[in-house]
Amino acid sequence: MTATNTSTKKRFRAVHPFVPWLFVGPAVLLSIATIVAPFIYAVIMSLRGVKVAGGGLGRREEVFVGFANYINAAFNAELWTGFGRMLIVGVITIPITLGLALLFALLLDTPRVRLARFSRIAIFLPYAVPGVIASLMWGFIYLPGVSPIRELAASLGLAQPDFFTRDSIFWSIANINIWGGVGFNMVILYTALRGISSELYDAARVDGCTELQIAWNIKLPLLLPAIVLTALFSLIGTIQLFSEPTTLSPLTDALSSTWVPMMLVYRDTFVAQNLYGGAATSMLVAVLTIAASVLLFWITRRRSAGGLA
Amino acid sequence: MTVSTLSMPASQTRARHRRRIAWVPTIILFIGALYCLLPLYWLVAASSKLPGELFTLPSFVPGFSGGIVDNVVALSNYRSGRYWLWTFNSFLYAGGGAALSTIVSAAAGYGLAKYNFAGKNIVFAFLLGAVLIPGVVLAVPQYLLMSKVGLAGTYWAVLIPSIVSPLGIYLCRIYAAAVIHDELLEAGRVDGASEVRIFFSIGLAPMIPGLITVFLLQFVGIWNNFLLPFLMLSDERLFPLTVGLYTMLNAGTEQPGMYTFIITGAFLSILPLVALFLLLQRYWRLDLISGSVKG
Repeated sequence: MTATNTSTKKRFRAVHPFVPWLFVGPAVLLSIATIVAPFIYAVIMSLRGVKVAGGGLGRREEVFVGFANYINAAFNAELWTGFGRMLIVGVITIPITLGLALLFALLLDTPRVRLARFSRIAIFLPYAVPGVIASLMWGFIYLPGVSPIRELAASLGLAQPDFFTRDSIFWSIANINIWGGVGFNMVILYTALRGISSELYDAARVDGCTELQIAWNIKLPLLLPAIVLTALFSLIGTIQLFSEPTTLSPLTDALSSTWVPMMLVYRDTFVAQNLYGGAATSMLVAVLTIAASVLLFWITRRRSAGGLA
Repeated sequence: MTVSTLSMPASQTRARHRRRIAWVPTIILFIGALYCLLPLYWLVAASSKLPGELFTLPSFVPGFSGGIVDNVVALSNYRSGRYWLWTFNSFLYAGGGAALSTIVSAAAGYGLAKYNFAGKNIVFAFLLGAVLIPGVVLAVPQYLLMSKVGLAGTYWAVLIPSIVSPLGIYLCRIYAAAVIHDELLEAGRVDGASEVRIFFSIGLAPMIPGLITVFLLQFVGIWNNFLLPFLMLSDERLFPLTVGLYTMLNAGTEQPGMYTFIITGAFLSILPLVALFLLLQRYWRLDLISGSVKG
């Protein structure tokens, strides 16, 4: 710092090269400690395993096993059925969440809408509810004997829906994610909409465009980057699916302990105490997340480039 | 949707808009609001019921026999007040973690936005790339490393990994670049202030609205986190509310008598966040995320 004091006398561009690191340093060091180091550690663990060396007493020692854990993980049918289930939940959740978020954002941005402020806050509110608490709450709303939805169906003389069958559980979990996710995405899209200059709309209105045409032809294309961003968040959220099925599992038999990949990682690592296998499986999940994110960016970039050409 | 008023200057259309209500959008939005609020209302109603009433009273009718008092008492007696300890812990993790995270993000964002230095782009790409590594994947190796250094099972095991927020740094960088003017910083330099002092006395103030958003995002994120404390902690006295309530649900599924006070626990646990959220909702600057900063 003394260096900067002398150098500032020469006025601009004379900041000591160490100074920026003073600001960036803590973030970099903490990232290394909490992100890079665990990641590298997981890679190393995933390539190692335990061998029982020696005779009768069998001293256990850690050895390099190459890709053995990955091969085991890749041939584990539970992992792939878990991915399949995750995919189903994602295929239900992401389009509905983003579709509703987009619909609500566009409606909020429409002139002459009443109760807009109330609706915006109400729809954003579930974002403040932790996934575990939301699952707990919905778990009771689904639970036979307590469920208000079943009660309503009964009073209308309809068949009572069962939210905990092997098939319906996908929708039950997707609904929790949608309920918690629509508001956050809506607010991102809505604020992006507010950023668009209203002169564009006035011009379109003068040209005789309806609000629907304005939404479709002006707002939607300009929203594309924000939509990609929300899609990315939703995608990463889906791959990390863990707390909802874990919280619901005490309430139903439809959820196994390896229902989604992260539950398998948890069981391998902490219940079965197989740290190496757990690390390999979580690396596969990481690779998938990164690949999916890159793919999404690549597709949307191509799309928008094609649109311009 | 309704047809708009055609070819009219903006001021005139606005006057017209006031009179006619766009019914279809209003109704759709209202249905959306009900979808989001009704489950929460059910939670409130269920919290007010005695254990027996949960199964007998209609779902959306609250109990008037003092169920809420009984439930809070039962909840407070659960393992001699564990629930309130969990609440305290949640505040500690979320408040402390979010505060530290905001400071670290602000400094990093400022450093990236306001200085040119060798390695700047690498640092930025590195911090952003960290977003791509799912937190869930990191949780297990984070736990293993924390146990190696002897921090697993302590408050630090949950606090430290919550500090770095790539999204927070990214937002701070955008915000610092948009709201801090270089001339002011140069003026500070001419006056001979140190770079750190310039940051605190000139750089920080205009960033405050953005920093509130970063703080809120981190606070909600940490408060809502389940996996990290779930993995890191084994002593239930250190649990935050999410993990505590999960263990209660796990213990209580066989005993319907526990349902009402678990539900009450869930309801009370979201009150602080909902309150924070409603109080500060005008400070949410999510336009930062969608990338349209307007000073």
